[in-house]
Order: sequence, then structure tokens, then C-alpha cells
Amino acid sequence: MQKIGVFVCWCGSNIAATVDVQAVSDTLAKEPGVVYATNYQYMCSESGQNLIKDAIKQYGLTGVVICSCSPRMHEATFRKAVASVGLNPYMLEVANIREQCSWIHKDKALATEKAITLGRAAIAKVQLNAPLQAGESPVVKRALVIGGGIAGIQTALDIAEAGFEVDIVEKQPTIGGKMAQIDKTFPTLDCAACILTPKMVECSQNDKVHIYSYSEVTSVKGFVGNFTVSIKKKARYVAENKCTGCGECTTKCPMKNVPNEFNLGLDNRRAIYIPFAQAVPKVATIDPNYCNMLKNGKCGLCAKVCTAGAIDYKQQDQVIEERYGAIVVATGYNPIKLDKFEEFDYSLSKDVVTSLELERLMNAAGPTGGTLLRPSDGTHPHTIVFVQCVGSRDTSGCGKPYCSKICCMYTAKHAMLIREKYPDTEVYVFYIDVRTPGKNFDEFYRRAVEQYGVHYIKGMVGKVAPRADGKIMVQASDLLANEQLHIEADMVVLAAAIEPDKSARPLATMLTASMDTNDFFTEAHPKLRPVESPTAGIFLSGVCQGPKDIPETVSQASAAAAKVIGLLVTAKLTTNPCVAHCNELMCNGCSSCERVCPYGAITYVEKEFRMPDRTTQLRRVASVNPAVCQGCGACTVACPSGAMDLNGFSNSQIMAEVDAICQK
Amino acid sequence: MPEVNAYKPKIVAFCCNWCSYAGADLAGTNRLNYPADVKIIRVPCSCRVNPMFILRAFQRGADGVILCGCHPGDCHYTTGNYYARRRMTLLFSMLDYLGIEKERTRVEWVSAAEGAKFAATMNDFVSTVAALGENKRLEDLRCKE
Repeated sequence: MQKIGVFVCWCGSNIAATVDVQAVSDTLAKEPGVVYATNYQYMCSESGQNLIKDAIKQYGLTGVVICSCSPRMHEATFRKAVASVGLNPYMLEVANIREQCSWIHKDKALATEKAITLGRAAIAKVQLNAPLQAGESPVVKRALVIGGGIAGIQTALDIAEAGFEVDIVEKQPTIGGKMAQIDKTFPTLDCAACILTPKMVECSQNDKVHIYSYSEVTSVKGFVGNFTVSIKKKARYVAENKCTGCGECTTKCPMKNVPNEFNLGLDNRRAIYIPFAQAVPKVATIDPNYCNMLKNGKCGLCAKVCTAGAIDYKQQDQVIEERYGAIVVATGYNPIKLDKFEEFDYSLSKDVVTSLELERLMNAAGPTGGTLLRPSDGTHPHTIVFVQCVGSRDTSGCGKPYCSKICCMYTAKHAMLIREKYPDTEVYVFYIDVRTPGKNFDEFYRRAVEQYGVHYIKGMVGKVAPRADGKIMVQASDLLANEQLHIEADMVVLAAAIEPDKSARPLATMLTASMDTNDFFTEAHPKLRPVESPTAGIFLSGVCQGPKDIPETVSQASAAAAKVIGLLVTAKLTTNPCVAHCNELMCNGCSSCERVCPYGAITYVEKEFRMPDRTTQLRRVASVNPAVCQGCGACTVACPSGAMDLNGFSNSQIMAEVDAICQK
Repeated sequence: MPEVNAYKPKIVAFCCNWCSYAGADLAGTNRLNYPADVKIIRVPCSCRVNPMFILRAFQRGADGVILCGCHPGDCHYTTGNYYARRRMTLLFSMLDYLGIEKERTRVEWVSAAEGAKFAATMNDFVSTVAALGENKRLEDLRCKE
């Protein structure tokens, strides 16, 4: 019989307001095996922890039950506390009477009754707990960053600076991401390229950073400290080590009408291309969908003009396998598709553009060389209407329910830049709310309104209709003046909501990292562990976790790097001891467990067993490798003889919990 | 007028540690109400739930059992919830044959971000089970004190 101590936490008034903590500790004190029960204001505080430690020493407790917040919150804290006085940390169970009791129930009697039942279940479980020893596993001193935008770049550089090898996998032919497409950055209006490209160059020059551009992660195996990742290097039909990036081929290729994705299809590129002048690596790539040589075997002009002999039409996709200790997800975002928003006529008029397209139209390296011209006829626009929240904060199902966060600021930036460069242009901004929290953000927005005279109108745009004469009619309501407006615009700019990149969902499945309903990666704790995924060894950087601007992305990227460095400097990781084990006397070697194990942790060994008649018998039995087992428990259910069991969540423990809950 | 001795079903909810248990925590953090009849047992993965546990719950007088796990494709252990889904399909149809109505058993996928879905699921499940009344089948009266 265990000697169990029960500790009921008030959590200030969080628990105590709805649960009669005194009644809980008094009732649980009468449970079999309980030798001590008490309640205290804050069990997680230093004095609360001391209370537990003292009781363990005084009463010689062999098991501890804490009735408090979720074990996801403080189980580790309490385990550490009991371990410090010599009790095995796995002799502790937490009954969740806050998140799963006091916070969701209003009736004090019912909540108290439930808290007692949950406490009973935990006591019943702890009765059957056995001391467990955590094992150790080594850490591969190399990190993988998936995504080469500003988030990935910053994370990689910070990790490399600490002296660790780091690989960036980027699916585009160059790193740089969305920031490379942006013209100026708010709220300082410094040019994006001027602050981004030095970092891109640093990535290519730092010998600790390795860039796999035009590559994708295809499989991830293993666990924290020891991931094995397959990376597919897509064939670019140009030898990376030979290409000098001179760009001769990109001017000679006869396939001239390929939509240029870097400029969002606003102009064309050739079939062989370098996305932009500052691309890293500066290596040409052949687009197999348009190249005549690859499609029909006719042409070969680029190979003729390439003095470096870098063109290789026979290049194949290549799969590389590499081991990593930590993985950072930095997959970024895309503006949403606007075809569902018929009222804005995005697909009908060339002069209705998204904000990212406007960035390219205003960029000196863009299709118009930085002069703002209408995409339809190349004339200078005199009236521009901006529409905010296109698909953001939209619960109708067309868009996204969340705020995309960056649109208010970049729209203010666009409006300001246009008024600065073309004072004869009238700029209207239709908004639902203007949200500008952030350092120097509100000042920036006020400058747009007060100094630059941008017309901010609270209201929704109901209809955008292109007219035959090239003008665009914008029908909108001004909510403050309570009137309908009709504006003859030359251009309409839509602040499209942003959504996680499409590659994030399959990647999350590979990484077994969880996502929310909007496909943003979930963090381990929304406030206290914002850059870690709940899956150990997976870290989050940038917009893949939620909408954020560049300063926030960079800080999160550095934070993720700090966490990765913290992991990589660890010599050995303690492994989870809650793994499966086999009762060899019951095992008949049927292989059912091996077939369901997702990690290949189960092997079979021939063992000699002494029989009752003193003969020995050689039998094949299952053996679990505790370093590989992750403790899911699939094998325990598959086992027909009941030989497989899971430490910490054994059959008898869970049954005891069921019994305790169903009692009375 | 609320009944004083309104029937309170006994509901056992098995929740996987990575998605549904976290979803239940989120429901709590957001103060989303659901009946106190639901008692949650934390398991590492939905595939840890042995059909034996569910039979045991009914034997001990549970009125309904619900199993919650990560959405298909999102399992922390890659494939665990697929095993759970297959096993429960078989078990629940057997239980139905034994007279435990299909409405008393349920498998639901709740992610760590779906606190609202967790609360809604529990509200719905409890009212469904409550409408069926007490479960008499399989209950072992010898287990009653």
C-alpha cells in the first residue's frame, strides 16, 4: 500500500471560488492509502512546493496527488519538486480541477463533487504507480530550418552564430521569401531589399549555413535530438556549382511569355530564369513546364550561350537524407485567393490589384521600374481606393475569421508613399477599424492622415465595377457620415487576408506538430512557450504560427533560434520513461505489436525460459527499445495476450481511474 | 422549473494528451461550460484506449463513453487515431448488438485549438445520453457497494 499525500490547490480564487477546497481535502483524506491531505492557496509557489516537500519527508509519502491546474501546465514543476526530496518524480499524479472543473462549472456543489471524483481517480492511479527512470539520448548538433524567408534566414543566422551547423530548405529557387517582394517597410520606410539582401548574402557566405534552394522536405522520422529528414532537391537543370549567375541565358531564351511569379504575374520572364537580381543562390533555374528543350527536345539555346557549361538537361531530382537535433518551421504565408469576392471584380479588371501586387508596381526592380502605372493601359492613376479587411475578420465563410494584422499598417504605408511621390493623386482608404498597436505604428498612421492628407473613411465597399472608359466605379458607405459614396477610381487596391502557406499542412503531418483550424501551427503554450510546438524538438518562427509583421517575425525567429541553441548545447536529453514494456512470460511472439508500432521500436529476441518441470524452453518474445519507443500505447491494445503494457499509463492504472470515476 | 433530482448521467471521456486533452484545457481557459457529469481520463493517444477500458466503464455503471483524439492525419504518433477509429468501430457495433445503444458511445476528433468544439461535443453527448436514461446493460450489480 502506498502512503499518499493529497495537496489541493486553491489557485487563488480560480479553483477556490467554485470548488470547496476544504471539503475536497477532507473527503480525499479518508480515501484508502491517503495519510495526509491539505489545501493551500498556491501549490506551485515556493511555499506551496515546500509544503509538499515537507510532507513527503514528515510522513514518508510514497505517492503524491496534486489537485490543481492542468498537468500540461505544472506537472513538470511538481515532479521536479518531489524529486528534490528524493521521491521518484513519476510517483506523482495531477488531478485537473481547474481547466476541467472549476473554470467550466458554476454550481459549487457539483464542481466540488466532480473535483472529489477527479481526486479519487488520481489517488486510485497513484496507488499503482511504479518508480520510473528516465533514459538518455544524444543530440545531433545540427538544425534544420524549413522556409527561407526573413524568419528562416534570421533563425538560421542566429543558430550559425552560436557555432552550430544549420540547413535552410527553401522551395523557391532563391531564399528571401515575401520580404524580398516588398518595396518599403513600415514604420521607418527603409527599403526592404536594403535590409534583407545583406542577410541573404550572409547566409550564403557563412560556412555553418547550408542552403537547399528549390528543395522540399519529403519525410521526417525520429524524435527530439535525433530527427532523420529526407530533402528532395528538385532538378533545376542547371549545375549549381558551375553556374556563375551571369544571366546570359535568361536574356537569350526564346520562351518569353512565362508569367513571372516574383512579380505576381504582372510581367513575363523566360523559361530559364533567376527570380531577381539579388537572388541567393544566384543560379539560373529552368522551368520544365515552359522549356522547349525539356518538353520537345528542340532548342538548347541556353546550353549554347552558357560559357560555364552549367546547363544540364538530364539533371534528375535528388533526395538527400540528413540528421538533425532540432527543426524550425518557418513556412510563412500567402495572400488568399480573391475569386470568391465577386464584389471587387479582382479577376475582371487589371486595375484592381492586391496590396502585394502594388508592392511590385511601386518597386524600382518591379515591372514598371518603380513608377506607379495602371497595369491595364500604363497611365498614371489619379484616384486610388484602398479596401481593407478583404477576407480578414470575415465569418461569412469566404475569408478568414482572424485579423491579418499587417494590412492596416501596409495600407497606411502605401497611401503615404503614393501621396509623397504623386501629390496630385487622391487616396481613399475604406476601413472597418484601424488597428495600429506597435512601436511608432500609430504615429505612422496619424502621419498618413494628418500630414499626407489620405482620406480615411470608415465603411465597407459594396461594389467595384470597371467601366468601359477604364474608370472603376467604387460604391461604398461612409458609416460616420451615414451616406453612400460613389468614387470614380483609376485603381483599386485590395488588402487581401493572409493565410499559412499550403505546404504547412502536409508538413505538420510529417512533423506530427499540431495546427489550429486556420492551419497556423499551435504553440506549446500560448503565452509562456510561444516559439515551441507541443512536439518536442519542433520550433516555430514567423507567420506559420500566426499573422505578424517583420519586426515581430524577426524577434520570434531569434527566440526560436535561442531555443534551438539551448537544445543543441545539451549533451544528453532525458527521454520519456513512459514507454511500452513486454511481460515476457505472457508474450507468445505473435508480432501483433510489431505491426502496429509506428516507430519500429519492437524487435523479437529468442529467450530461454525455465519451465515448471525444470526443463528450459527457447521462445521468441517481443523486446521494446526504450530509446525509440514514444509511448503511444498502440501495441498495448494490439497485444492479444496482454503482455504489452505502458509505463505511467498501464492497463491497471487506467482501469483503476475508470472504476474511481464510475464509483457510486 | 428545474427538477431537483434531475437524472445525472455518468460519462467517461478518454482524451489524448496532445489534442483533445489540450482542447479540453482550452475549453476551460475560455470558461466554456459543459456538464460536470463528464470526467476526463488522460491517455497518451487515442490508440492507448483498450476496448477493455470501455467495457469496464459500462460494467461499473457508466451511462456513456466518449473517446476523443487528434483529427485523422494529425496524430502526434502519426497513425494512432486510425487504429483507435477501427477498433472503436468494431467495439461500438458489438456493444450495440449487446444492447448498449450506439448513442452511448462516440468517437470525436478535437484538436488542441478546438476548445469550443470540445465543449459543444460534450454538451451534445451528455444531452443525448441523458435522453436515453440510465444504462442497465452490462452493469455488474456485484460491483455496486
